[in-house]
Amino acid sequence: MKINFAILCFLISLFLVSCGGKQEKKSDGFSVDRTKSTEQTEATTPETNEVPASERITLDNKGVGQIKNLPLDPEINMEMVEAGGALFKTNCTACHKIDKRFIGPSPTGILKRRSPEWIMNMILDPQLMVEQDRCAKDLLVEFNGAAMANQNITVEEARSILEYFRTLE
Amino acid sequence: MRKLNYFFGTLMGLTLLLFGCKPGGDGSGNGALASSAAEKVYVAPGEQDEFYAFLSGGYSGNLTVYGLPSGRMFKEIPVFSQFPTSGYGYSEETKPMLNTSHGFIPWDDLHHPDISQTNGELDGRWIFVNGNNTPRIARISLSTFETEEIIEIPNSAGNHSSAFITENTEYVIAGTRFAVPVPQRDMPINEYKGNFKGALSFISVNPEDGRLDLKFQVMMPGFNYDLSHPGRGKSHGWHFFSTYNTEEANSLMEVNSSQNDKDFIAAINWKKIEEFVNNGGGTKMATNYAHNVYNEETHTGTSTMVKEVLTVDPTEVPGAVFFLPTPKSPHGCDVDPSGEYIIGAGKLSADLTVHSFTKMLEAIEAEKFDGEAYGIPILKFEDVMAGVVKSGGLGPLHTEFDSSGNAYTTFFISSEVVKWKLETWEVVDRKPTFYSVGHLMIPGGNSRKPFGKYVVAMNKITKDRYLPTGPEMEHSAQIYDISGEKMELIYDFPTHGEPHYAAGCPADLLRANSKKIYRLDENKHPYAVTSPDQARVERNGNEVHIYMSTIRSHFTPDNIEGVKVGDKVYFHITNHEQDFDVPHGFSMLGQNTSEILVMPGQTKTSVWEPKQVGVWPFYCTDFCSALHQEMQGYVRVSPANANIDLSWSLGE
Repeated sequence: MKINFAILCFLISLFLVSCGGKQEKKSDGFSVDRTKSTEQTEATTPETNEVPASERITLDNKGVGQIKNLPLDPEINMEMVEAGGALFKTNCTACHKIDKRFIGPSPTGILKRRSPEWIMNMILDPQLMVEQDRCAKDLLVEFNGAAMANQNITVEEARSILEYFRTLE
Repeated sequence: MRKLNYFFGTLMGLTLLLFGCKPGGDGSGNGALASSAAEKVYVAPGEQDEFYAFLSGGYSGNLTVYGLPSGRMFKEIPVFSQFPTSGYGYSEETKPMLNTSHGFIPWDDLHHPDISQTNGELDGRWIFVNGNNTPRIARISLSTFETEEIIEIPNSAGNHSSAFITENTEYVIAGTRFAVPVPQRDMPINEYKGNFKGALSFISVNPEDGRLDLKFQVMMPGFNYDLSHPGRGKSHGWHFFSTYNTEEANSLMEVNSSQNDKDFIAAINWKKIEEFVNNGGGTKMATNYAHNVYNEETHTGTSTMVKEVLTVDPTEVPGAVFFLPTPKSPHGCDVDPSGEYIIGAGKLSADLTVHSFTKMLEAIEAEKFDGEAYGIPILKFEDVMAGVVKSGGLGPLHTEFDSSGNAYTTFFISSEVVKWKLETWEVVDRKPTFYSVGHLMIPGGNSRKPFGKYVVAMNKITKDRYLPTGPEMEHSAQIYDISGEKMELIYDFPTHGEPHYAAGCPADLLRANSKKIYRLDENKHPYAVTSPDQARVERNGNEVHIYMSTIRSHFTPDNIEGVKVGDKVYFHITNHEQDFDVPHGFSMLGQNTSEILVMPGQTKTSVWEPKQVGVWPFYCTDFCSALHQEMQGYVRVSPANANIDLSWSLGE
C-alpha cells in the first residue's frame, strides 16, 4: 500500500514537471542527428554509391520504350522550341523548374547527362521507365518517391519538348 | 410412445429439411448446374464485362453503372442528388444543375433510364432519365458519364411515364402521373374531376449536341399517365401511355382509382401534333421552369429560367389522340421490337392485354369508336386487341423482348418472370424471383434490336438473400441466362437505392468513346490556371479567389496568408494531371460543404467562409501517389480588422 502511494506520488510529480515547464519560448524546431538516406535497403541500392542519379552521366543509355534511335539535327529548330516551351510550361512546370531542383530535377543541361531517346521515353511512359530503367528507378528514389506523372504527351509533342531542352544550357 | 417420438422426430426432420432447402431451391439446386452458372457470370480478374447496365437509383436520385454478367458496380453517376463523393451539387460549377422553379433542390427520385437510338437501335450517345418528384428530365453523356443537362417540366407532377425516347431520339417524352390544375392555382381538391389536367411533354433533342428543348405539351384529361413507350418501325411516330384513375378520384385512390373495369392506353400520334405546332398550332402559356446546361469546356453549369410553354389541346388535332381500353389499371406499356404489339400489363389482373397497332389503325380508319372521353375517341377493346396472355401469374408489371419473338414479363405479386411467345401468346417458361420483382431489363430490350442473352430482374424485397444489415436491405437484382429455351437464374447481386427501370447495351458500343481525361489545353473555365505560374490569390471586397493548381503531390500555392474572418474564399482548383484516372481531391477544415474531386484537366470551385482565426489546413482527399499524405497546405486566417496583405507561396 505504501509502495503504491509512493508510485502515485512519483507519477504526480512527473505530471507536474511535464506540465510546468516553460513552453512559451519560441521553438526553432527540432533536429535529429542523422543523415537522411534512402540508399540503405538492398532493393533501392543505386548503381554507384558515389554519384547521385541526377548527376550521373548516362549518355549511352537509351532507356526503355518506343523511342529506339533518335539522331538530332545539329541545327536547333526554333519553331519546335517554341511549341515545346509552351507544352513544358503547361504540363511540366508544376514539378520541374528551369533554375532549380524542385519536385523533380531541373531540365537545364539534361542533354549533357541523358540521351535524346532516354528523355523521350521518360516523358512518354514514366511508369515503364521507372519499372525497367535503372537510372529512372534511382531518380525516383533520389527524388523522394515522387513518381513522374504521365501527361499524355504525344511523340511529336515530346520531340518539341526535347528541342526546347536543347536550348537550356 | 417411443415409436411415436420416432415418427414425430422424422416428420420434424423432414419438414425442416424441406423448409431449409427452400431459399436455395431456385433452379440451381444441383452441383453441376451451380458450377455452370458460376462459369457464366465469372469475369476473371483483369477481364471485362460483355454489357454495360445502367440501373436507376430510385430515391438515391442517381444512376448506377454495372457490368453484366458479373453484376459488379462501376460507378454511381450523380444526377438529381448532391453527391459528396465528387462534389456534384456542392461545387460552385454544379450547383446550378439542381436549380428549379422551386429553388435549389438537392434530391429527386430517379426512375427510368433510356439510351439514345438511331433507326430504332441503341447508339450509345446519351442516356436520359426522369426525376419523378419535382418533374425533371436529365441527359447524361455516355462519353464522360456526367450529367450534362437537366430540364424542369412545368405543368407536370409525378413525372413517371418518362423518360422514353423515340427511335431516332427526336424526342424524349415525359408524362405526368398526377393530374394537377393547369395553370397551378388555389382551388378545392375535390373539384379535381373535369378540372385537373394531365400534361404529356415532348422534349426535342438536338441531334448534334443533345440539347433539350421543351417543344410542346399535350394537355390531356386528368387521368394518371403511368408509363409509356415509343412506337418503332411501323408504329414510329406514335407514343403509347398507360393510364389509371380514369375515375378521376382525388382521395383514397387505392380503392377509388380501381373502380373501372378498364382504363386506357393513350395512343398519341406525335408526328401529327408536331406538324400541327410547326404550322403555328397550339397555345402559348405563361409558365416558369429551369433549364440547366453543363458545359464540358468550361466545366460549368448554368441555369436559365424559361417563362413560356406551347400547349396543345388534343381535340384541336383530329386523328392525333385515341384511347385503347385496357383492363385493370395497366402499369407497364411496352412495345415489341417490330412495333406491332403494345402490351398493357393490368397490374390488378392475371392476364396481359396485347393490342395490335395494325388493328388500331384499321379501327381508326373505320371510325369504330366506343364513345369518347373529353372529346377524345375511345376505340372498341375487341377491335384493337390482338391477344391475351393467360399467364397464370399475378400482378403483371413490365415486359421486355428478345430478338427471337419472345417476351418476358415480371409479376410483382407472384414474384416471377414469365416468358411467352408473341403472336401465339403462349407461356413457355416461368422462373421465380427473390422477391417481388418490379422492372426487368434486357440490353436493347426496348429497341428494334434487343441483345437477348441476359435479363436482369430488379426486385423490391430482399429479405433473406444476403447477410442481414438491419431493417434496411439493398434491393436485390437477379440475372437470368435467356439464351436457351428455358431461363436460368445465374446470379444475384445487391443494387443501390431502388432500381426502377434500367437500360443496357453491349460494352463495345461505349468503351472506345469513354473519355479518359479533360485536355488542359481545352479547359475554358474562367478561373482555370493552365500553368502553375498563373496560380495566385486575388481579393475583391470580402471575396477571395484562390487560383490553385494540383499535380502529384502538391497544391500551388500551398501557403496562403491575408485571409480574414468574414471573407468568402473561393478555391478554384485545376488538376494539371493528364493521365487517366488520376483525380485530386480538395477539402478545407471547417468548410460547410463537401470535398470536391477534380478530374485530370478539370477545374472545380469550392467555397469556404472562415469563421475562426487560426491557421487551417487543407488536403487532397484522393490517394493520388506515394506522397499523397504530404499533399496538404495551410491558410492563415486573421481577424477581420487585421492589416495583413494577401500572400501565397509554394516551397519558399
